[in-house]
Amino acid sequence: MQWETVIGLEVHTQLTTRSKIFSGASTAFGAEPNTQACAVDLALPGVLPVLNRGAVERAIKFGLAIGAKLNRINVFARKNYFYPDLPKGYQISQYELPIVEAGELPIQVGDATKVIRITRAHLEEDAGKSLHEDFHGMTGIDLNRAGTPLLEIVSEPDMRSAKEAVAYAKALHNLVTWIGICDGNMQEGSFRVDANVSVRPVGQQAFGTRREIKNLNSFRFLEQAIDYEVRWQIEQLEDGHTIQQATVLFDPDTGETRMMRTKEEAHDYRYFPDPDLLPVRLDDDLIAQMQAELPELPQAKQARYQADWGLSAYDAGTLTGARALAEYFETVVETLTKATLTRNPLPEGEADKAAARLRESAKLAANWVMGELSGTLNRDGLDIADSRIGPASLAALLGRIQDGTLSGKLAKEVFAAMWAGEGEADAIIEARGLKQLSDSGEIEKIIDAVLAANAKSVEEFRAGKDKAFNALVGQVMKASQGRANPAQVNALLKKKLAG
Amino acid sequence: MSLSPEDIQRIARLARIRLTEAEAAQTGAQLNGIFRLIEQMQAVDTTGVAPMAHAQEVYQRLRADAVTEPNRRELFQAIAPQTEAGLYLVPKVIE
Repeated sequence: MQWETVIGLEVHTQLTTRSKIFSGASTAFGAEPNTQACAVDLALPGVLPVLNRGAVERAIKFGLAIGAKLNRINVFARKNYFYPDLPKGYQISQYELPIVEAGELPIQVGDATKVIRITRAHLEEDAGKSLHEDFHGMTGIDLNRAGTPLLEIVSEPDMRSAKEAVAYAKALHNLVTWIGICDGNMQEGSFRVDANVSVRPVGQQAFGTRREIKNLNSFRFLEQAIDYEVRWQIEQLEDGHTIQQATVLFDPDTGETRMMRTKEEAHDYRYFPDPDLLPVRLDDDLIAQMQAELPELPQAKQARYQADWGLSAYDAGTLTGARALAEYFETVVETLTKATLTRNPLPEGEADKAAARLRESAKLAANWVMGELSGTLNRDGLDIADSRIGPASLAALLGRIQDGTLSGKLAKEVFAAMWAGEGEADAIIEARGLKQLSDSGEIEKIIDAVLAANAKSVEEFRAGKDKAFNALVGQVMKASQGRANPAQVNALLKKKLAG
Repeated sequence: MSLSPEDIQRIARLARIRLTEAEAAQTGAQLNGIFRLIEQMQAVDTTGVAPMAHAQEVYQRLRADAVTEPNRRELFQAIAPQTEAGLYLVPKVIE
């Protein structure tokens, strides 16, 4: 039987506020245990929550970024359960009226774009942390994380493979870090993914029974966990068993998922509106202010790179994979375009050529940012923000390719020297004598010498062996120490051999 | 609707309250009294009335995002039954 996978994701994003969602305690990561847990976070008698404006603002920004409906009146509710790292005995969350509803996020799957619907996003507080290591058979509780603001983002079951789920998680990660509402640090738990996975025979309308994989903190684990879970569910069904709704954990060591609790044991959270908090009203001014603060979004940039700069969908998608990368790339293009115009102004009445030039610069910049630069960053395990070559410096180097000073090959050598800290492109070209040789007279002199020394190759060429020509080009390049302009060498050599 | 003795025990378990049979019977009677009251209220036609989350038409005031709470761990832990290495200790729980 052919099976179809159905996946929906719930993502907990930690918001980048300085203080907690309902108290003035700090949210800074890595503090000594319980030094950032105040009376409200500890749920001491008589305390009351006061909502942090920063958390509301970030949720609004997210809603606007996914084209969602913002609930002008939204309500906090109590989700009741008992656990020692939840001192109140309930988590303040949103239930019937979340702040954000019904948005969309497009994802790139291969060459196709697919739109994933986002059901809702609601504000809530995080719980504390339980440490089960040995404290004389007791459990240690650190409440620093208690009350940290989270935006839980719930998708529709719109994904049909682990690959799509990863593409969605990455697009979401890119978006929340892009608009600055979440730092995206997965090791520190700032972006945690739960995956609801089920399978059904191809063609069947009704969904199969789902199992929820909890707390995946890397894209790799997300993909592995779903792949394992799907294989497991199909095996169960093909062996004649049925799937029980359950919550499971992924074990990265074995690559398997294992049962945490079944539906029968599942909690009954008895949600009700929190009487300590009034309904939240979003007014037009606040929404307009958040809209104004939003940067150009990844999809908008992608569309602009394709329409104005002539980049392929793939290149545009890659370059908007992170905001810092896109900004770096744009600075290179802008600097390069400006330099070209200064060096080589457009003649009167040829302003229409500006677009073609811009496209040329954009393509060159895209190739270098995605090729040499990304490759080198990867090799050294660095982020674009830590690049050892700034965008203006890279633009200066690319300018030397455009004006014919450097061949692509020499440019790579200069790039490596810049990366090694030897200075700016022009200084390195000067110091190493790397300037491309474009003087026909000089190139001809080298060619003459090479022809004289390689009479055999010349004969072979005249006898019809095309290979001999390439050998001669190689000799000329070698004699010029790689500096001769290859196009000129080709042309001049052809002329000489024909003559 | 009325709650069965099993419903009462389930609610008690969710609230982590242990009830004797006598207590369960008494609590059940009280809860069913409340449910009868709710049933009466449900006779009111609420078509077109939006559910309300608060009795007054007032809205939540927002606080500026600023850290205002100092570290007072020592003070808080002075009233905790057991602490170690800055942690509050509780009976072992493994889900």
